[in-house]
Amino acid sequence: MPHDDHDHPHTLLPPEPALRVKALETILTRKGLIDPATLDEIIDTYQNRIGPQNGARVVARAWSDPDFKAKLLSDATPVVAALGYYGRQGEHIVVVENTPQQHNMVVCTLCSCYPWPLLGIPPGWYKSDAYRARAVREPRKVLAEFGVTLPRESSVRVWDSTAEIRYLVLPMRPEGTEGLDENALAALVTRDSMIGTGLPKGAA
Amino acid sequence: MTRVHDMGGRFGDGPVQPGSEDAPVFAEDWQARALAVTLAAGFLGQWNIDTSRHARERLSPKDYARFSYFEKWISALADLLVEKGILTQDDLRGVPDDQKHRLAAQALKPEKVAAALAKGGPADRPSNITARFEVGQAVRTLRPTANRLVVGGHTRLPDYAAGAVGRVLRLHGSHVLPDSNAHGLGEAPEPLYAVAFPSSELWADPEHPDDEVVLDLWQSYLEPV
Repeated sequence: MPHDDHDHPHTLLPPEPALRVKALETILTRKGLIDPATLDEIIDTYQNRIGPQNGARVVARAWSDPDFKAKLLSDATPVVAALGYYGRQGEHIVVVENTPQQHNMVVCTLCSCYPWPLLGIPPGWYKSDAYRARAVREPRKVLAEFGVTLPRESSVRVWDSTAEIRYLVLPMRPEGTEGLDENALAALVTRDSMIGTGLPKGAA
Repeated sequence: MTRVHDMGGRFGDGPVQPGSEDAPVFAEDWQARALAVTLAAGFLGQWNIDTSRHARERLSPKDYARFSYFEKWISALADLLVEKGILTQDDLRGVPDDQKHRLAAQALKPEKVAAALAKGGPADRPSNITARFEVGQAVRTLRPTANRLVVGGHTRLPDYAAGAVGRVLRLHGSHVLPDSNAHGLGEAPEPLYAVAFPSSELWADPEHPDDEVVLDLWQSYLEPV
């Protein structure tokens, strides 16, 4: 049974979102089902410890080390896990490489799947109806809204995350960055360049 | 026919509003709380990720459309807690009952959070269903889009890709089948493929002849061409 419950018990909670969350947190805490200190710890993890700086380190390393890049593109999960990037919503990672011929872009049309250990919690626009609805049908128009225009000779491949595979885009290394070390390169890698809706800093 | 969450390709949503990369992770504190309450409740171990996705999809279309992202989470969580018999409707009404819950011993402790999040929950499993398709092979998706085990049930084949011909790009191994797992019918692992579809196969007015959309699709969603 799909259990369509037309009573929808959530309507018994206060309608205003902050009050609705607070009410449910209070009920669950009183019964010993959740611990407010646990919630603080979860929030601290995703607010301060896990974010796009992780993915940026992976990209900078791939730009610097051809052997690392080859392993990353062939089987990314153990490669990023060895750097400490594994866990919830990052159990199966696939890295897809942008080239002059092909640009990659990631979406989840059905919900909001996103590689948490590499990029953190997805930004609001990634979870928006507009992005979910349009990224698959008109990626070039969506890219233009991010200020990105691709040359006509470049095809676009959009990855709709319909299973537990989480995709990370490996953007092209900007020209003129030959002398930079990994830390300097990581600073060029934007979050959106790893989703495929942006380009690294310094890229044309 | 699927549900309101299945919006890929839909017209009418207007432009995407890209935010600053430096914007806070959570625009408002309650959103962070909604995420944390949902994850912490999930660690009680009374459902799986497919069940919780389906709970959000089962919000009424009106609620799904008007709720913001984390309102969907917290509302679907309340529905799921009642459906699973963990809370009662009286609990949600605020009728006081401070008895320790039978599941209280399962509650995730703060010192276990880092390990629990780092452990994750892989979805690949051994399976005795052999892979039927090879990389490069042409395949067609089922049409109509539907859960074939449960009427109106959870599925991960979007409507926009129903009945479309693509080619297998890669085999991901065998993964838990959401159509079964969301409904307590077992994990039923089977081969999972990345399948590439030309945009011209999916849309009446594709932007570019060489553009493609890739979807991860289970073997039972596919037929040989």
